[in-house]
Amino acid sequence: MNDALVLGLITVVSAATPLLLAALGELVVERSGVLNLGVEGMMLAGAVTGFAVTVTTGSATLGIICAMAAGMAMAFTFGVLTLSLMANQVATGLALTIFGIGLSSLVGAGFVGIAIEPLPKLNIPGITTIPVIGPLLFGHDILIYASIALTGGVAWFLKRSRPGMILRAVGESDESAHSIGYDVIRVRYMAVLFGGLMAGLAGAFLSLSYTPLWIENMTAGRGWIALALVVFATWRPWRVLFGAYLFGGVTILQLASQAADWFDVPSQVMSMLPYVATILVLTIISAGPWRTRLNAPACLGKPFRPAS
Amino acid sequence: MSFKVEKRQELDLRLFYLTPVLAVVLTVLSGFLLFLLMGYDPFLGIYYFFISPLLSSYGLAELGLKASPLILIAVGLAIGFRANVWNIGAEGQLTMGAIAGGGLALALIDVQAFWVLPLICVAGIIGGMAYAAIPAFLKARWDVNEILTSLMLTYVATLFLSTLVFGPWKDPMGFNFPQSEMFAESATLPIVLEGTRLHLGVIVALLVAVTGWVLMTRTIIGFQIRVVGQAPAAAAFAGFSRKRMIWLSLLTSGGLAGLAGLFEVAGPIGQLIPSISPGYGFTAIIVAFLGRLHPIGIIGAGLIMALSYIGGENAQVEAGMPQAVTGVFQGLLLFFLLASDFLARYRIRFEAHTAKRKEALAP
Repeated sequence: MNDALVLGLITVVSAATPLLLAALGELVVERSGVLNLGVEGMMLAGAVTGFAVTVTTGSATLGIICAMAAGMAMAFTFGVLTLSLMANQVATGLALTIFGIGLSSLVGAGFVGIAIEPLPKLNIPGITTIPVIGPLLFGHDILIYASIALTGGVAWFLKRSRPGMILRAVGESDESAHSIGYDVIRVRYMAVLFGGLMAGLAGAFLSLSYTPLWIENMTAGRGWIALALVVFATWRPWRVLFGAYLFGGVTILQLASQAADWFDVPSQVMSMLPYVATILVLTIISAGPWRTRLNAPACLGKPFRPAS
Repeated sequence: MSFKVEKRQELDLRLFYLTPVLAVVLTVLSGFLLFLLMGYDPFLGIYYFFISPLLSSYGLAELGLKASPLILIAVGLAIGFRANVWNIGAEGQLTMGAIAGGGLALALIDVQAFWVLPLICVAGIIGGMAYAAIPAFLKARWDVNEILTSLMLTYVATLFLSTLVFGPWKDPMGFNFPQSEMFAESATLPIVLEGTRLHLGVIVALLVAVTGWVLMTRTIIGFQIRVVGQAPAAAAFAGFSRKRMIWLSLLTSGGLAGLAGLFEVAGPIGQLIPSISPGYGFTAIIVAFLGRLHPIGIIGAGLIMALSYIGGENAQVEAGMPQAVTGVFQGLLLFFLLASDFLARYRIRFEAHTAKRKEALAP
């Protein structure tokens, strides 16, 4: 029983990790006042790049680095359009996703059906084999530990560090931040690039560890769920972690019930679960007495142009 | 020499309508580079993709066939985009329209009467509207983000269609393929051009675009939509209801997307299958922007995006290029369009270092 429970928890965490990584990146982007709806496209770019580089060079480390770079390259395009050329952020984000879907399936066409070794696990002899605690805390993919550490890192950065405070100031009031001498556009570029890096990393986790395969359009809406998670978490890092694990749970519940045939419904109906859950959660958060809107960065989605 | 960027007092309308052309040219040029990078003869690639589909009457008919759903959906979406309501789940509403209308067609499969076709069209519209009503209700009632809800519903709709054609609606004589029975003659759109697949939907799409144009420019409701989008505070002051705009734009775009979905299954496909659209609902977003949110512009933009689909198929058959090139082109086109918009909204002024030159250059 314990073993099954431990195994269940581990699968929940690995299903949640790509959501967590992507949502953490987007959280920082949104805190700086920018809404990048292209998370799905950046994740796909990361997934295909990570996979292609790993297969070609045999190095997963290089694959992950290139995946992050691919995510950043996509984010940079978004930055040039929205921050330098002041294009509409919603439209540009959509363009990024459409472009990412197309480009990734073009690049990935030659890599469909290739299998690779999943990422190395953190195995410490003698400790990983301790009952319950051993398999629960050790022996996982390094990116899972990285995602939890990054949650703490982002929380600390936003709350305690000076650059983090500047970033929040830029997101809350770009005009004032500008007038006391901060370079609003530069700060936003940094945030957008970080968002791309994290989305690329999330994509790499999917194609290198979670499946590990390249399948066309393999993110299956996870980029959009990550966007919803940021709203659900009311722009707080630790709540993103909670939300991501909740969604990981929903995903695993759906997969397990399909495998075990718990409910007498077609498998497609169970597959709707994560999407329906996203809508429900968004509704509850928006309708509830939590005053979500007050937490949203005040300048979210507003273009900024310094008056020179 | 240095340069300075300043906001134009007024949008440069000439440039505003010229930049879509610039974006198309830039996309074709980058297509040239892309083909070169992929190891194809770039001239031949451009020819297969953008020119040869236009040289046959079959190709032109296919162009109209693929442009119709794009135009139908984009005209609806443009209304919402003008009012700052972002329905990006048109693909889901298209699917639901196909399910509602197609389901009715299956129920009436033995009926041979003239009223079947109009009836399933109405069912398609209602199906799309009802599905768009979900994000509309959530947005109007609790301000739930319509971008995320409408998109999530797209995944749900696709899964729902797949549930039906793999399950209860599967053709019992269909060798277990996931598809419904073929619709009856009375539930199939008549062909308008003999020997092609071009059906009545293309005429409906053009009529809808013209109606949309009249609605936006000649009626008070069109005026309200534009004010709500451009100056929400002024709209509130004038008493235009934001909620009404949310409902209006989502129901209109949902209904038109539903009709487009019904046209696909009652037209070229003729039955319900798991995948009924190559992403028309998403491509229509690009069509709406490329057409400058203007119904007449949308007709032209719809034809251009339809060419990207047909060109992609053509290049696949003729040169073995992957179909994904279409998606890359579509994304690039929207990028270039958004980037070149900058030219219409801002002025770049080059300044020489001497004051005299500066004065001479100033208008």
